[in-house]
Amino acid sequence: MKHSNRIDGKRQRVKTILATTLMFVTAALLMVPFYFMFLSSLKPGTEMLRNGLSLTFDPGVSSFKNYEALNTYRDGIYWQWYKSSLIIMVLQTIVGLVLSSMVGYGLAMYRFKGRNAVFTLVLILMMVPFEILLLPLYRMLIKFHLTDTYFGVILPYLVPPFMIFFFRQYVLSLPKELMEAARIDGCTDYGIFFRIMVPNMIPAFGAMTILSCMNSWNNLLWPLIVLNSNEKFTIPIGMGTTITPYGNAFDVLMPGAVMAVVPIIIVYLFAQKTFIAGLTSGSVKG
Amino acid sequence: MSENGKTPLLKRGFFTNPKVVPYIFIAPFLIFFLVIYLYPFITTILMSFQKIDGPNSVEFIGTKNYEKMFNRNFKQALMTTFRYAFWDVVVLTIVPLIFAVILNSGSVKFPSFFKSLYFIPALTSTIVVGIVFRLAFGTLETAPANRLLALFGQPAKDWLMFADTGNFVLILLTLWRWMGVNIIYYISGLQSIPSELYEAAKIDGANSVQQFFHISLPGIKPVLIYVITITVLGGFAMFTESVALWAQNNPGGVGRTIVGYMYLMGFYKNNMGMASAVGLVLLGLVLAVNLIQLFAMGFFKKED
Repeated sequence: MKHSNRIDGKRQRVKTILATTLMFVTAALLMVPFYFMFLSSLKPGTEMLRNGLSLTFDPGVSSFKNYEALNTYRDGIYWQWYKSSLIIMVLQTIVGLVLSSMVGYGLAMYRFKGRNAVFTLVLILMMVPFEILLLPLYRMLIKFHLTDTYFGVILPYLVPPFMIFFFRQYVLSLPKELMEAARIDGCTDYGIFFRIMVPNMIPAFGAMTILSCMNSWNNLLWPLIVLNSNEKFTIPIGMGTTITPYGNAFDVLMPGAVMAVVPIIIVYLFAQKTFIAGLTSGSVKG
Repeated sequence: MSENGKTPLLKRGFFTNPKVVPYIFIAPFLIFFLVIYLYPFITTILMSFQKIDGPNSVEFIGTKNYEKMFNRNFKQALMTTFRYAFWDVVVLTIVPLIFAVILNSGSVKFPSFFKSLYFIPALTSTIVVGIVFRLAFGTLETAPANRLLALFGQPAKDWLMFADTGNFVLILLTLWRWMGVNIIYYISGLQSIPSELYEAAKIDGANSVQQFFHISLPGIKPVLIYVITITVLGGFAMFTESVALWAQNNPGGVGRTIVGYMYLMGFYKNNMGMASAVGLVLLGLVLAVNLIQLFAMGFFKKED
C-alpha cells in the first residue's frame, strides 16, 4: 500500500515536471516575436535592411535613437495616429458597453413578446461576416457625410451582438432576488439597472472592456475604408503606409510597433485577474 | 409633480409602463439592427444584380455578376480561403483544447500565470506583429525561419511566395495570436464540470485518456460549439492577417482571401456590383458551413 503510494507520488511528480516544462517552453516560444520586435527597435534601419531579424543583441549599433525618430518622422505623424487610435478605442468601448449591457440586461431580465425572436437574431448576427456589409455601409456614410470622421468608424460597433450575448449570459447568472428587493424599495426599472445591477455586472464590464479595446485597436478594414486623411489614420493603417514596395521605414516601424503594444499590455497586466475571471464566469454556458 | 420615483407602482408614465420598459432596454439593438444590418443587407442583395458606374449610373443586369464571378482570380481567393479556414478550424480547436486540459489537470505549477501569459499575444495588433512574422519568414538567407531550416540542413525557402507555405505562416500567426483566448474559453467549460464525475471514473478505473473522451469532451460541448462557430466565421472572413503578410495589393494573388478579393473589386476596380455578389457568396458559405457543423454537433437536437 505504502509502496504503491510512493510510486503514484513519483509518477505525479514526473507528470508535474513534464507538464510545467511544456507550458514554460510554449510560453517562451510565444514571447519570441516580442523579443524580435524589441531588439529590432533598437537597431538602425539600414542594419535591418541588410540583415533582417536576428535574436542577437549588438551593443555596437543598438540604441534608443529610433524612439526619438518617432517624434520627428513626418512631423510626428506617428503620435497623431496614436491619438486617433486612442480616441476611437475609448469612444467605441464606452458606447458599446453602455448600449449592449442595457440590451443584454433587457433580454435576460424581462419576459416580453418577441424576446426569443430578438435573441435568436442576436445569435444569427454573431454568425454573419460583417465584412459583406461594408460596401453599402460605406455608401451610407457618403450620403450622410460621415466619411473621414471618427463617428463613421465606430458606427458599425455601437451595439455589438457578441457583447449583447455576453451580458445576457452574465445577467442570467445573477440572483433574481437582487431585482425584486430593489423593486420593493421603490426603484424604477432604470434605477434598478443603473444603481443596482450595473455594480453587480462589474466583472462582465471588465472582460468586455478589454475585448472591445482589443478589437478596436486591431481593427483594420473598416477604418481603412472610412478614413482618408493621413492625420486621422489609426496605428494599423499608419503602420501599413510605412511599408512600401520601395523599402520599409524600419527606423519608425519597429519602435512604433513596440509603442503600440506596450500600453495595452500594461493595462492588461493590471486588470488580468478580473478580466479572466469575468470572461470565464459569464461566457459561453448554454 | 416632483414625486418621481416615490410611488412608481401607482403613477406610471409611458417610459415606466411595465409593458414598455423591456422594449426601451432593447431599443438600441433594434435601431442598430435596422440601420447597420438590415438596410445594408437588402442593399447588398440589390447591388449584386446591378452594374454601378457611379451614384447616378446604376443599371440592373440580372445575374450577370454571378455568372462572371468565377474567374481565375476569384477561384484562387476561394481556394486560399478554404485552405486557411480548414486549417484554422482544425488547429485552433485542437491545440488550445490540449493546453486547456493540461492546465486544468492540476499537474501544472502556476496555471494562472501561464493562462495570463498565453493571452498576451491576443492584445497585439495583427498588422504590427505581422511585420515581425513577415520578416521572420522573409526571403533573406538570414531570415530566422531559413536559419532554422539551415540547422536541419534544409535549403532556404521563399515562404510567402507559395500558397501552401504561405498558408502555414498564416496559421502560425493566427495560432500565436488566438491560442490563449480559446484556452480561456475551454477552461471555463472544463471548470463547470463537477469533479465528482472524474472521481467516480477514477474509481471505475478509467485512465486519463478515457476520462477526457467520456467526461471532459461531452462536458465542454457547448463551449466547443461556440469556439468552432466563431472560428469558422473568423476563418472564412479573414483579411487582416493576409494584409499583414502580403500588404494590400499583392500582384500574384498569393494569400488573397475572399474578403480581400471583395475589397479589391469594390474599392480598387470600382466594381461594387461584383463585390456585393462576392460578399453574398461568402455569407452563403459561412452560413452553410456553420449550419452543417452545428447540425453535426447536435446543436439542434433537443436535450434528452
